[in-house]
Amino acid sequence: MASSNAHVSEHSSDAVSSVHWFWGKLDWDIFPFYDPVIFGTFIGTCILGAVVVAALTYFRLWGYLWKEWFTSIDHKKIGIMYMILAVIMLVRGFADALLMRLHQALASAGYVGFLPSYHYDQVFTVHGVIMIFFVAMPFVTGFMNYVMPLQIGARDVAFPFLNNFSFWLTVSGAVLIMISLFVGEFAATGWLAYPPLSGLTFSPGVGMDYYLWSLNIAGIGTTLSGINLIVTLVKMRAPGMTWMKMPIFCWTTLCTNVLIVASFPILSATLALLTADRYLGTHFFTNDGGGNPMMYVNLIWIWGHPEVYILTIPVFGIFSEIVPTFTKKRLFGYTSMVYATCVIMILSYIVWLHHFFTMGAGADVNSFFGITTMIISIPTGAKLFNWLFTMYKGRIRYELPMLWVVAFMLTFVVGGMTGVLLAVPPADYVLHNSLFLIAHFHNVIIGGVVFGIFAGINYWWPKAFGFHLHRGWGMLSFWGWTIGFWFAFMPLYIMGLMGVTRRLSQFEDTFYAGYFFVALIGALMIAVGVLAFIMQIVWSIYKRDELKCGDDPWGTGRTLEWATTSPPPYYNFAFTPRVYAIDAFQHMKDNGYKGRPTEGFTPIHMPHYTGSGIIISGFMTVMGFALIWHVWWLAALTFFASVVWGIAHTFNYNRDYYIPADEVRDIELKSAPVATPAE
Amino acid sequence: MSQCSILHPMSTPVIATPARQSAPPRGAVQLNSDNKDWFPMRFSRLALLLSLTFLFAGCNLTVLNPSGDIAQQQGDLIVYATVLMLIVIIPVTALTIFFAVKYRQSNENATYEPEWDHSVSLEIVVWAVPLAIIICLAGLTWVATHRLEPYDDLKRISAEKPIDPTVEPLEVQVVALDWKWLFIYPEQGIAVVNEAAAIVDRPVEWKITSNTVMNAFYIPEMAGMIYAMAGMETELNAVINAPGTFKGISANYSGIGFSHMNFDFHAVDEAGFDVWVEKVKTSADVLDRSNFDRLQEQTTKHPVEYFGAVEDGIWDKILNMCAGEEELCLNDMMMVDALGGGGLEGLYNRELFRGLCSADDPEALFLLLRKDLEQSKGEVIHAMSLIPPSEVTEQKLEAH
Repeated sequence: MASSNAHVSEHSSDAVSSVHWFWGKLDWDIFPFYDPVIFGTFIGTCILGAVVVAALTYFRLWGYLWKEWFTSIDHKKIGIMYMILAVIMLVRGFADALLMRLHQALASAGYVGFLPSYHYDQVFTVHGVIMIFFVAMPFVTGFMNYVMPLQIGARDVAFPFLNNFSFWLTVSGAVLIMISLFVGEFAATGWLAYPPLSGLTFSPGVGMDYYLWSLNIAGIGTTLSGINLIVTLVKMRAPGMTWMKMPIFCWTTLCTNVLIVASFPILSATLALLTADRYLGTHFFTNDGGGNPMMYVNLIWIWGHPEVYILTIPVFGIFSEIVPTFTKKRLFGYTSMVYATCVIMILSYIVWLHHFFTMGAGADVNSFFGITTMIISIPTGAKLFNWLFTMYKGRIRYELPMLWVVAFMLTFVVGGMTGVLLAVPPADYVLHNSLFLIAHFHNVIIGGVVFGIFAGINYWWPKAFGFHLHRGWGMLSFWGWTIGFWFAFMPLYIMGLMGVTRRLSQFEDTFYAGYFFVALIGALMIAVGVLAFIMQIVWSIYKRDELKCGDDPWGTGRTLEWATTSPPPYYNFAFTPRVYAIDAFQHMKDNGYKGRPTEGFTPIHMPHYTGSGIIISGFMTVMGFALIWHVWWLAALTFFASVVWGIAHTFNYNRDYYIPADEVRDIELKSAPVATPAE
Repeated sequence: MSQCSILHPMSTPVIATPARQSAPPRGAVQLNSDNKDWFPMRFSRLALLLSLTFLFAGCNLTVLNPSGDIAQQQGDLIVYATVLMLIVIIPVTALTIFFAVKYRQSNENATYEPEWDHSVSLEIVVWAVPLAIIICLAGLTWVATHRLEPYDDLKRISAEKPIDPTVEPLEVQVVALDWKWLFIYPEQGIAVVNEAAAIVDRPVEWKITSNTVMNAFYIPEMAGMIYAMAGMETELNAVINAPGTFKGISANYSGIGFSHMNFDFHAVDEAGFDVWVEKVKTSADVLDRSNFDRLQEQTTKHPVEYFGAVEDGIWDKILNMCAGEEELCLNDMMMVDALGGGGLEGLYNRELFRGLCSADDPEALFLLLRKDLEQSKGEVIHAMSLIPPSEVTEQKLEAH
């Protein structure tokens, strides 16, 4: 295809001539002077950033942050940092969502809207990328990091330094995406960046390169973290905790990380091939030169579908922990819950083609993948029934986490139903790429994953910080999200049935304005939910003394994390617990648990903190930036630096120490249990 | 569409107004009773909900109620599958609400059994009921997917009308361009940009490709979408059962001009179709390589364009991505690869190939290139040709 070849070579010769040996493709045009909206945001962000930096400097917090947090290899602190990252990125991703809702509401009503399509296309791309990779993923990884080692009675994860390194690689990806907002542009290709649109011919700008390097770097972090957590679960369970005595959340963590380890390398390989297409002139996925975009679409979904379950499976685990706690009852059908989780894990690998029935694979292939997809709804349905029968003959206490669970159950069934609808190939021919599809996956991601995340935050916050989250603000957040969700996405379901497709930035008639207006109202209600959630945290920190709680803040905790202090000491447990039954802590309580031991402490073996993770990731961030802008010398330098630092790190033999028994005793006795609040 | 006029942008304020009027004036609220403060908010929410249901009920949901038989069957399938699933969904939802209320902590009368965590019969039910539903749904899926396979010839014109085997489907070749649609009618020898027409109740065979990134060809009133991909031909067999002008779109995001990548699709009777063809034929423009080159340039809101004639073989060239001058056709490239690819042989061969397109006569090209392989030429041509083997192997091998 000579015309596109000509285009490519013309472009690359342009690129070559404009690439400065020192500055690469960087010049003054990269800053968004041309767009007052972005430039204003840019200035605002710079000022805000300066204020934060100044405040940290003024209060002399840099040293504290560096020593206690950034270099920490404590799984609990890393878990909390994952959550903080996710909340920050949630605000960014949600701002993008509001922009889109507002723009579509205006554009569909006959106004031009305020985003030109080029900008709008970047917004929906970045919204998807951020929400999946830098909101949902850090949230669930944060939960798995924080909760799982406590639930199995471990001191930390198997490879504590690796954990820190994984986290900072994820941050590195997030930083690159945030930079793209102000320096240059982001991809305008949709969140999965199908070639040939994402190839050099059709997307010559740096936006796609931001996408690739951001995910290349963050993807490595996720894979490493997956390996780490699997090893932790396999090797570090407390004595007596056989597989079938593990809490369900640990089971879901195991299945999730198996999925991560088996699918993220596919993502990395696929993106590496696309990177090669863009940087090295290969033709894996181009139209010409023997490339085949269908290969990319298959590969990306072989990762992409398990990814959906990487997000939902841990959240199912969170629900399985919350329901027994607030019904004061054992989980119904533990064994079938475990098997259901494993079946979902395996099935999630053989359904990927349902994302592109319309590619023309033929009736046999399409029906195979349609039916495997439907089969997933059987174990999922079984899980739902199990939660339901856990509630049956229980004493349900409607604390915030339980409210989220009920909202989840009522919302998720609808998302599940529309999902099975989309799995029927002929129905998918008319619903694919429509707003019905958008409504469906937001229904399962918001109604499933996000509700689960909020349930989990409200559930484990008292454990992590030693005080409850404020109920009033939490209720506002709850109603904002749950009602807002229906207003935001029901119109999309309806418009999908009218044949309206996704990713439209301009409309030729004003037919759908009413629907988009209702959707905008819904988005604004969700905005109230987001703000109330942030206020909930701020307010609770402010009122932390009033909200103080003990080891077992809900009074009905069943698993081991409730057996230690709130917040847990950095060594987790003074004595490694011994496990005799499912719901180990409940078992202890049933057998005359009198509180934590107060004597007989021994020294505890712990690892040292290290700055290597953040430093290497810092090099990698600069390397990513340099590669995006073709600053080759800097890329080479930082790559070299990160390798050298990595090697040097292995020569650090001063890695561990013992906490003296006296210090353990002081910590344990200082945090005497606070009386459990009356139910 | 007229029944949907309520959806005009003005409709939203209109809906909101009665809600505001029916809410009591604020002063009265504060004077009278304690919880009336909620009224305005609650009422407008109710009004919104009502208006939503009203719009939903009063409007034409194209996907469920289209004008083409294929789309109709696809839409019906959505309804059947939904009904099947509601057999589980409704009880689950009802049970959730029932349990959530009944077993609330404050209800001391409800039974409480903290140790009850297992019941073989219940577990059988919770696995078996979804399983049964999914078995039904899987059967439905298998049958429907095979019946509605877009590559297959139609099996009926509509529920009432069987297919007439003597009527050939109308073939239309579709090319997705940045950001417009090109339709070539090979029988009629015409081509049109951003407008298409077909005869009511006559099957249409859409052959779909792209000359740019991935798109999806979709006429919601007629049939479900199929991807358009460069260098590949996808196919959609469908029929339109009612006259009218319908909207066709690209349903797969393809870049900044994507929102306007629409066309009008006219469903007309035979006479109307002939009139339309004649109208197109009055155009003096010919869809040849130079005009196609012009169409390849990125444009948005491209006007409707008629071509009264079409250069021979241009579809094959578009499909093999060699419609421009000096381009190596995909099928030729495959042949080059088969004959030595990037090796020394291949380098030599490729030079010979420049500017040639072998889609029409692979044999001549082969003879030109590889006299030495004449012995096995039948197999090689067979392997590389886009022409169906029946035509190549039998006729042409016999000739030699």
